Amino acid sequence: MLATFAIAMAIPAAQAADPIKLGMLEDASGNFAIAVIPKIHAVELAVDEINAKGGILGRPIKIIAYDTQSDNTRFQEFARRVIQQDKADVVFGAFSSASREAIRPIMDRYHQLYFYNNQYEGGVCDSNNFVTGAVPEQQFSTLIPWMMEKYGKRVYTIAADYNFGQISAEWVRNIVKEKGGTMVGEEFIPLSVSQFSQTIQNIQKAKPDFVVTLLVGANQASYYEQQASANLKLPMASSVNVGQAYEHRRFKAPALKDMYVTANYVEEVNSPESNDFKKRFHAKFPNEPYINQEAANSYDAVYLYKAAVEKARTTDQKKVAEALRSGSICTNGPSGKVCIDPKSQHLSHTIYLVHVNADHSVDIPKVWNDIKPYWLGTVGCDLSKKPDHNQYTPSHLPKK
Amino acid sequence: MDLLFYVYAAFYQFADAFSFLILSGIGLAVIFGMMGVINLAHGEFIMCGAYVTVLSARAGLPLPLAMVCGTLSSGLVGLVLERLIIRRLYQRLFDSIVATWAISIIATQGMLIVAGPSLEGIKTPFGSFELGGISFSVYRAILPAVALLLLGALYWLFVRTRFGIHSRAAMQDAGMAKALGVSTDAIYSKTFGLGAALAGLTGALYAPTMTAVPTMGSAFIVQSFVTVVVSGADVMLGLAPSAAALALIQALLTGFHGQLIGQIGLLVTVILVVRIMPTGISGFFLRGSGTK
Repeated sequence: MLATFAIAMAIPAAQAADPIKLGMLEDASGNFAIAVIPKIHAVELAVDEINAKGGILGRPIKIIAYDTQSDNTRFQEFARRVIQQDKADVVFGAFSSASREAIRPIMDRYHQLYFYNNQYEGGVCDSNNFVTGAVPEQQFSTLIPWMMEKYGKRVYTIAADYNFGQISAEWVRNIVKEKGGTMVGEEFIPLSVSQFSQTIQNIQKAKPDFVVTLLVGANQASYYEQQASANLKLPMASSVNVGQAYEHRRFKAPALKDMYVTANYVEEVNSPESNDFKKRFHAKFPNEPYINQEAANSYDAVYLYKAAVEKARTTDQKKVAEALRSGSICTNGPSGKVCIDPKSQHLSHTIYLVHVNADHSVDIPKVWNDIKPYWLGTVGCDLSKKPDHNQYTPSHLPKK
Repeated sequence: MDLLFYVYAAFYQFADAFSFLILSGIGLAVIFGMMGVINLAHGEFIMCGAYVTVLSARAGLPLPLAMVCGTLSSGLVGLVLERLIIRRLYQRLFDSIVATWAISIIATQGMLIVAGPSLEGIKTPFGSFELGGISFSVYRAILPAVALLLLGALYWLFVRTRFGIHSRAAMQDAGMAKALGVSTDAIYSKTFGLGAALAGLTGALYAPTMTAVPTMGSAFIVQSFVTVVVSGADVMLGLAPSAAALALIQALLTGFHGQLIGQIGLLVTVILVVRIMPTGISGFFLRGSGTK
């Protein structure tokens, strides 16, 4: 008994140089690999940089990575392993919202500190979950009114048929209505669909002014070439394209002509921070085809975690989470300064309106600075005061 | 006039769904329908054809030649795999499922490692045309004709040529065919290679209209099995009516209720067909003509 006690006392001292374990559950293969591989590399870059400068509180960071293969079952399996067996100090992971929702209950059960570094449909109000990606009030409240102003008020949405597409489409619908526009059509498309002739014809019959494309994954990406070859000629608005799977680089021009995307980072951002980030990224990964916004988010997440551990003076997950939601955790990332909002545990962002030209070059006609993730706070989610583990949507609000 | 446009638009959608079903299934019709190998790597043969087509087109070959390259390379891969693996698995249904599934996973992941997560695409040729305020892709309007031609050629090959007759004999009764001097080993090889090449051709034909990614084969696999299973015992006879029936249902439902209902309708139809006509559409026809 005494011996165990002695060992237990001795552990903290021995731990001083022990690595901090960062569990990473990302899709290095499968349907989402295109957009996820830059995320993995960004985490590796940030960890290398931090370790080269002496780590966090003198301890190096060690990445424990699992390839979740774009498969939600793998996510659950590896989430348990990374928590129970590897005893990770912090977990980064998931691309699709379906994957995130598959592991979030597991994170909650073990009170595991978890970063979701992806743009998504918004609304996750979860004490254990910190989100560095952009959310609808940052991407749609900017994009949709701008598009309606420029092109007109008739809107057609096509969206991937799962929680991301459904909830994002609800946001679009609400904003269009609020701004006096009309939804002339809305279609939800299963992730396995790759043939869009009928959808393209339905869109033409409805005569919208622009199309909101919330399509996800490699199958649905075939839509763009097919709409171009059918000469659809409608401007498109999206929160997912270009900034994630760099379709403008991969597809033959002009498949993405007049696509408008709101992203909190794209490789084409020409600022000192962005250029410096790109230089370091390419020095480590010279063959990276594109540095996407989720790479920037993942990179920022490592530095936010570092700032919080340094503030808390420990890797104790509860204390780190408290530090993260203290309201003073910020980092200067590839898109400038970003800070964690204490109420929602989401990140403030610079939002770039990215426009794809006929030759697939990109310009940025508008930048919105420091857009806060305000929505959850306004509907009653305040994680700094009351713990919660739910995802809310405009039609499913917290109980007052 | 408006009615005419409306009818054409509906027909275009039907033909588009029809060609996708036919072309998805045509290689599998040979490998599964005739040879009885449940080939779960069918989608990867399609992916192989598409990749080689895109790569050779981008290397400067004219598109039709690039498509020939895609077809041949897939056929070649099929021949090699038949020699190394498939040959040992004839009459071993479940083993062949596991083995071809493994090939499928290895091919998908191998392609991701070798060629990266995605290839820059090639543009769809021929542009578009407009009818009654709706514009259509010329290339996709031609695909159904190509599908029908292919089907005709395949029928001719298996019914009229010496190779076709030997091949069908070998599939039906290998021992008897051998006794009559048919080299069944060579026939199996060639037939499997032909099926793989047809899958490659499908990939080549759809390469300009889809994103070339390692997992693209999965977009075809459900449709391919569905079409072949519904066509039933005599695949060569059943493939066209099976694809036509399924395409009609899918196009109608998608047109009125969207992609989700279209997909559900397709699968419900398959369940119903298999339940009501266990020998498929061709079995239904053959029963009508008195042969078995």
